[in-house]
Amino acid sequence: MANFYKDNRDLKFQFNHPLMSKIVRLKEQDFKDSGNFDYAPCNFEDTVDSYDKVMEILGEICGETIASNAEEVDKHGPHHENGRVTYAPGTQKNQDTLTQAGLYGMSLPREFGGLNFSMVPYVMAAEIVARADAGFANIWGLQDCAETIHEFGSDEIKQEFLPRINLGETCSMDLTEPDAGSDLQAVMLRASYNETAGMWYLNGVKRFITNGDAQIKLVLARSEENTTDGRGLSYFVHDQAWGGVTVRRIENKLGIKGSPTCELVFNNAPAKIVGERRMGLIKYVMSLMNGARLGVGAQSVGISEAAYREALKYAHERAQFGKPIIQFPAVYEMLAVIKAKLQASRALLYETTRFVDLYKAYGFVGESRKLTPEERTESKLYQKQADMLTPMLKLMASEYSNQNAYDSLQIHGGSGFMKDYPIERLFRDARITTIYEGTSQLQVVAAQRYVTNGGYLALMREYEKIPLKAEHELLKKILIEMTLQYEKSVELLAGKDNDYIDFHARRLVEMASHIIMSYLLIIDSQTDDSFENSAQIFINKSRAWNNERYTYLKDFSPFQLSSFLAVKEERVPEA
Amino acid sequence: MTKKLKIVVLAKQVPDTRNVGKNAMKEDGTVNRAALPAIFNPEDMNALEQALRLKDSHPGSVVLLLTMGPARAAEIIREGYYRGADGGVLLTDRKFAGADTLATSYALAMALKKMQPDIIIAGRQAIDGDTAQVGPQVAEKLSLPQVTYAEDIVGFEKNRLVVKRRLERGVESVRTPLPVVITVHATAPECRPRNAKQLMRFKHARTLTEEQDNEHNSYLPLVSPESLRIPEWSVADVGGEESHYGLSGSPTKVKKIENIVFQAKESKRLTSSFEEIDMLMSELISSHTIG
Repeated sequence: MANFYKDNRDLKFQFNHPLMSKIVRLKEQDFKDSGNFDYAPCNFEDTVDSYDKVMEILGEICGETIASNAEEVDKHGPHHENGRVTYAPGTQKNQDTLTQAGLYGMSLPREFGGLNFSMVPYVMAAEIVARADAGFANIWGLQDCAETIHEFGSDEIKQEFLPRINLGETCSMDLTEPDAGSDLQAVMLRASYNETAGMWYLNGVKRFITNGDAQIKLVLARSEENTTDGRGLSYFVHDQAWGGVTVRRIENKLGIKGSPTCELVFNNAPAKIVGERRMGLIKYVMSLMNGARLGVGAQSVGISEAAYREALKYAHERAQFGKPIIQFPAVYEMLAVIKAKLQASRALLYETTRFVDLYKAYGFVGESRKLTPEERTESKLYQKQADMLTPMLKLMASEYSNQNAYDSLQIHGGSGFMKDYPIERLFRDARITTIYEGTSQLQVVAAQRYVTNGGYLALMREYEKIPLKAEHELLKKILIEMTLQYEKSVELLAGKDNDYIDFHARRLVEMASHIIMSYLLIIDSQTDDSFENSAQIFINKSRAWNNERYTYLKDFSPFQLSSFLAVKEERVPEA
Repeated sequence: MTKKLKIVVLAKQVPDTRNVGKNAMKEDGTVNRAALPAIFNPEDMNALEQALRLKDSHPGSVVLLLTMGPARAAEIIREGYYRGADGGVLLTDRKFAGADTLATSYALAMALKKMQPDIIIAGRQAIDGDTAQVGPQVAEKLSLPQVTYAEDIVGFEKNRLVVKRRLERGVESVRTPLPVVITVHATAPECRPRNAKQLMRFKHARTLTEEQDNEHNSYLPLVSPESLRIPEWSVADVGGEESHYGLSGSPTKVKKIENIVFQAKESKRLTSSFEEIDMLMSELISSHTIG
């Protein structure tokens, strides 16, 4: 029996992290549910044992059902007719199986039918589902919407919608419009309040909406007349049963083809407001986006894992010149680097997740009692670290999943270019990860401020304090030198204008990412030797990658910028 | 009004013979149980699904598992809980040891007399013995009708249960009164997955023996709540003739075990002409290779 959790020991490793007991204690609020709910845990070991066993259920479903359906789902895709969407049969089967297994609403509190799992196992589940079928991971992952309702909705809305999540009702997050993509302030979909009905009504068009024909929809809409910016937007929940929304078309995409991407028409669609008016974009969507970016991080790591396994299998099976191709340096180097990038991005994924877990848990504890000053300080620190690492994770994990899928396909040679092996699907599925939920370029913009305000540097210094085994001292020396080099690079930007800084921002964010991921890998190697090879490879590669960036930056003069600016004057000749 | 049914699923813990490694067999030709993982017999899983579907369509019904085996077979009952069953009984006693299919069916029949189910559902056969005898023998011992090779338990039609059977050349629908013994074929729908909440609810369900060992979940309190106790029944609990149990109740004697390796000895080359294919077919039918 294929089990995508049990066959990957790097996953269970995450449950042994020293922060886990704190995460569990906060999430379970000292096990207050034990006694009220017969499935609530009574202590830390019990909780982690449940995480482990539930991941086994999920791992089996992913290995046996979802992965086996992936090829057919990719080929068949969803079907659009009469304004509605039908999933591919395999997608429906996946959805039904995960519903029967009770794997929706994983992070919701038990009072709403959820499992009250912390973010670590929830994100792990997202990674495992994505390894099986990255497109389906989107449909499954949209249970994130419940998290937003739970965090910001009124009690009435929570009671109305949350208990339906565990029963398998689907969700969508309706933000993008034809003229509002990366720039969501431009959202035009109109929300008007009808006093008599006591309801809001939505009118307008949404585009590129993943799982757009969902039963429960969260919609960003303009509630304030005569406004044009983000402060005129509010957040709404719409129930499919209320009617008024039709699917005009579904997109024909390069990858994640099983996940329906819809263009929606809202025609007097009733809706209820979530949270406060005018806070739609500036507060709720930003929070939702951070969750979604964490989700894309998990999805990217899942794709990398799948790509690595396909490449490894093929490199052993395929023989040329009388031996398996894995024997050739050109191939084994590629494989080892795929693995190092995979493990580095996974280390960053769970580090980010732990910080998200901690600050969110403090937030919920804070609703039932006053936090102590120490707890408040800690909560703020974790939130800052989560905000800092989320764009880094989204950037690096998605870029690595593309690089890994590319290299894995390369190892497959001509066969990889054919439809005969899963790698071509992984290669196509990976492509969206650097684009949606904020492109890589926008992640750089989000991460940039932590380069300039010293956030990343402070984190590196924290990691530096962690004692390492004697045999890792040499690697640590490299990392300390890399940190100094990074510091110097940041200084090179001091006093430069914004355009100049923006021009180099990605280089600096990547340098910081390489150092932070290197630290995480070497720290993991202290408790598990199996990370050591990847740590060695990643640290040495990172040093070379950072040297390249440093050299470019150091020798860069504003004069060189003008060669780049010249491209702005070019036009494609009219035919 | 829908019936409230009491359904017992007969399930066996078996060595996983589907992924056999080098040391799957011992020198003497018997199965090396220690080298193979213990699993829920696959067709018993199909049987469990049929029982759970009946429970879904007949609210208020109860699905229980009955298994015979050593202490560790309690895992079968837990597995049943995780997928939606309401409990079960572990038949365990040294006196049951060494049972062949006859002694096994005697023990199960005695336990079933005590449980008084409306419907007994079992897998067609277990992957370790492949006899397909236990289900039918249980029916005989209880003097109940039996429906073998079931693929779908359709539902009730005028107090008769309609069952679809998978036969070699097609499907047959039969109607049966209750109580009945049904054995389920592998072509029946696969079992639903374990459910996360059910798992967390019942992962601490233990037999008294397991509780006393306390190796399982050592961080838990020493005594489980009564609702999570898996009952263990011994010969004394089910009654009956002691001589019918275990080795003494087992007439099967293994005379010799041979290791057979299939190999091609001779081959024939045919063209694709209809005549030659016809000749091959009649040859295969007359030699009883097919048909």
